Amino acid sequence: MSITAKASNYLDERTSISAAVKEFGRKIFPDHWSFLLGEVALYSFVIILLSGTFLTFFFQASMTPVEYAGSYVPLKGVEMSAAMDSTLNISFDIRGGLLMRQVHHWAALLFVASIGLHMLRVFFTGAFRKPRELNWSVGFVLFVLAMAEGFTGYSLPDDLLSGNGLRIIDGMVVGVPVVGTWISFLLFGGEFPGNDIVGRLYTAHILLLPLIVIAFIAIHLMFVIIHKHTQYPGPGRTEENVVGFPVLPVYAAKAGGFFFIVFGVVALIAATVTINPIWNYGPYDPSPVSAGTQPDWYIGFADGALRLMPPHLETYWFGYTWSWNILIPIAILLVFLAAVFAYPFFEAWVTGDKREHHILDRPRNAPVRTAIGAAGVAFYAVMWAAASSDIIATHFKVTMEGVINTLQILLIVAPIAAFIITKRIALALQKKDRDIVLHGFETGRIVRLPGGEFIEVHEQVSEYERWQLVSFNDNAPIMLRPNARGRITAGMRNRAAWSRFFFEDRVAPVSPTEYQHALEHSHH
Amino acid sequence: MANNDKAKGAVVASQVDSSIELGTAVVGPEEFTNPGLPPHRQRITDVDPKRMKRAERIVFTLFYASILGSVFAVFAYMYFPIEDGDTTSVRLNTLFIGLGIAFALLAIGIAAVHWGKAVMADHEGVDHRHPTRGSDETRARAVEIFQEANEESGFSRRTLIRNGLIGALVAFPLPAIALFRGLAPMNEDPNNLMKHTMWKKGSRLAHDPTGVPIKVSDLTIGSAFQVIPEDLVDLPEHEKLDAKAKAAVLLVRLKPEDLKWSSAERESWSYQGIVAYSKICTHVGCPVALYEQQTHHLLCPCHQSQFDISNESAVIFGPAARPLPQLPIYVDDEGYLRAQSDFTEPVGPSFWERTK
Repeated sequence: MSITAKASNYLDERTSISAAVKEFGRKIFPDHWSFLLGEVALYSFVIILLSGTFLTFFFQASMTPVEYAGSYVPLKGVEMSAAMDSTLNISFDIRGGLLMRQVHHWAALLFVASIGLHMLRVFFTGAFRKPRELNWSVGFVLFVLAMAEGFTGYSLPDDLLSGNGLRIIDGMVVGVPVVGTWISFLLFGGEFPGNDIVGRLYTAHILLLPLIVIAFIAIHLMFVIIHKHTQYPGPGRTEENVVGFPVLPVYAAKAGGFFFIVFGVVALIAATVTINPIWNYGPYDPSPVSAGTQPDWYIGFADGALRLMPPHLETYWFGYTWSWNILIPIAILLVFLAAVFAYPFFEAWVTGDKREHHILDRPRNAPVRTAIGAAGVAFYAVMWAAASSDIIATHFKVTMEGVINTLQILLIVAPIAAFIITKRIALALQKKDRDIVLHGFETGRIVRLPGGEFIEVHEQVSEYERWQLVSFNDNAPIMLRPNARGRITAGMRNRAAWSRFFFEDRVAPVSPTEYQHALEHSHH
Repeated sequence: MANNDKAKGAVVASQVDSSIELGTAVVGPEEFTNPGLPPHRQRITDVDPKRMKRAERIVFTLFYASILGSVFAVFAYMYFPIEDGDTTSVRLNTLFIGLGIAFALLAIGIAAVHWGKAVMADHEGVDHRHPTRGSDETRARAVEIFQEANEESGFSRRTLIRNGLIGALVAFPLPAIALFRGLAPMNEDPNNLMKHTMWKKGSRLAHDPTGVPIKVSDLTIGSAFQVIPEDLVDLPEHEKLDAKAKAAVLLVRLKPEDLKWSSAERESWSYQGIVAYSKICTHVGCPVALYEQQTHHLLCPCHQSQFDISNESAVIFGPAARPLPQLPIYVDDEGYLRAQSDFTEPVGPSFWERTK
């Protein structure tokens, strides 16, 4: 027996690992570039773990005041916390330390971004439908956790910007009715800023949150194995199969290689592009702040929501303060996130479709869902833009008030416009698909008929391309019919109304009969 | 290769189990037939042995080049050290170690992907899917197991045991919640702390951060100073920021006739056009740091709330709800600016018990 055979035998006799190899070794994974977005998220998390572990060996999560004595001259002798001091040492005194800090920060930005794009892919292709609704929920939790990880990490260096970020969080927390004041008091171990918050956020950042993230990633991937991956519609692909490449060797090579590509790109960016230069901002001090301060990109939508509130929104009821300028943005964010969380369950209720769906929808073939997604993106984008209202005003030389007022209007108008435009585009694309199936595609060949008429020759698409265009889920609004007791309930009416909203404007797929008629017609 | 699943019908009709509800889905009486997988197209490397050789060469060259990248990164670590006080050396250290690592990683990644795409066998495979739902027998057995367990333990029959268990499980985490009260000092009430700052009657207004007291004569029309209480600099280091987070003040001198007052009492909080306002935004607590001399407007850089200094710091734009609290000031015999008292209302963001 060879060495590998011996080793394999030794292992299998103690672990029965051969069963796992048999089960998973040739498992088929479908191929599509959009499936890589989730992989980017996973890989950037691994990069974050690796670079973060390095940073923990040097970082001091303490707010004990020290006098900076490191090698960055402009800050020599400045009073700062041990956290800031050690972050500066990582940046200026440890070889490769700045590189690792930048790898960590860039990978974190990429982590949240790739999760967001992955969610959009899943949404727009309907991959969240049965049986994957729960995995959407798991992914949603990961998205929220990723933002929490980002924010806790952003706060650790205890520099001017991170301190201001915490100040804003504190300002929001104390605005919460009844419990806000006490939550802030407990969180900060006394009054803001106190001497405890960095240590506490550190525990959350490197222990608590990563643990939950890892657990949820495990569940997320377990679901992918249980359900098998979805696939785009195409010839030979059905709801009962998966077409693609086996894990060993092709998928292992491509996915494994892709990890190194993601890591390499992050390393390249970290080597060449500065991020979060805390030495320019200095240590936290509640008094100074510079103009144009901005949070990391993924907190932008929350910051923007705060900025879009009109003035004077505060009332005193029963002697207590109700800070609507805080509560309304918090409510908007929570409702937005709740809507994202709940969408799969909502759509399942509207359609009442209890079948499993493993073939993805092309976005055009679910016009209202696609339009809802576009409206959500527009809503998020306006809030996000609002977080840069001051930068927009200074760069484009317009007034701050003008920018804010415009964005306030857009917050309502943009999602509606996005909904209408997207839905129309999707329906138009469906019509185009029908047209191509029925009348073929334009060849660009112009022929002059004996009578003098010019026509462009159309040619039929191949049966494979045709399949792509005719095989999609078609839905029609519910017909309201009395139930077994002869009644039409309010619930039934409600669901019927939603089904009308979703499926009233409908372009049905071409049927074989229609196709035959069109063929016969074109021969005449 | 598995079968091609021909004649499976359209996507919609493919799940033949008629007991599953379709909901709003429309399944036509007739559907196109799935044409099955299109004929396999060979890659250039399958057809042309030269191209295959070339692809192999690219793959192994990249793997070996990756080793060079890693070695380069180690050498960069040694030959581009960080010199004390030299930021250029930090930049070169970061750049060259980073480039070495990035090259090594990208070479591995690109080589592996190219290997998978161009060299490894290009057979698409087909796996069969099973419904996620367990088979009827499995589900029946699962139900049976629960019934047996229930029978054998008496979980639903022996209600006292069951309810006792549920009660105990609900109660046992309670001490943990109580323990978390210790996150903040036991003998203090945040509600009380947040209503007071270290300003008191007679506190001298001093420059931030030096603590040098300010005289009336230091201020000309239009000047604006960042101000702290004089004794803030004497506080122990770990108490400074907490105190400053509430006590930071902006001192501005305007022409007295530019100031509008709602009452003579309010006017008495100023001195010859010199006014002191809390610098902590009433929105979420950022320092309101940007003073526009021409318009007398104060702008918060965080969320762009604007306050009109000439009109008791009223909110004129942005999300803030309340004016900035004013610090009543007077001038002593030596010409130093002093506080008449603490702020007359809590500074900073609104909180629940603020007006209690």
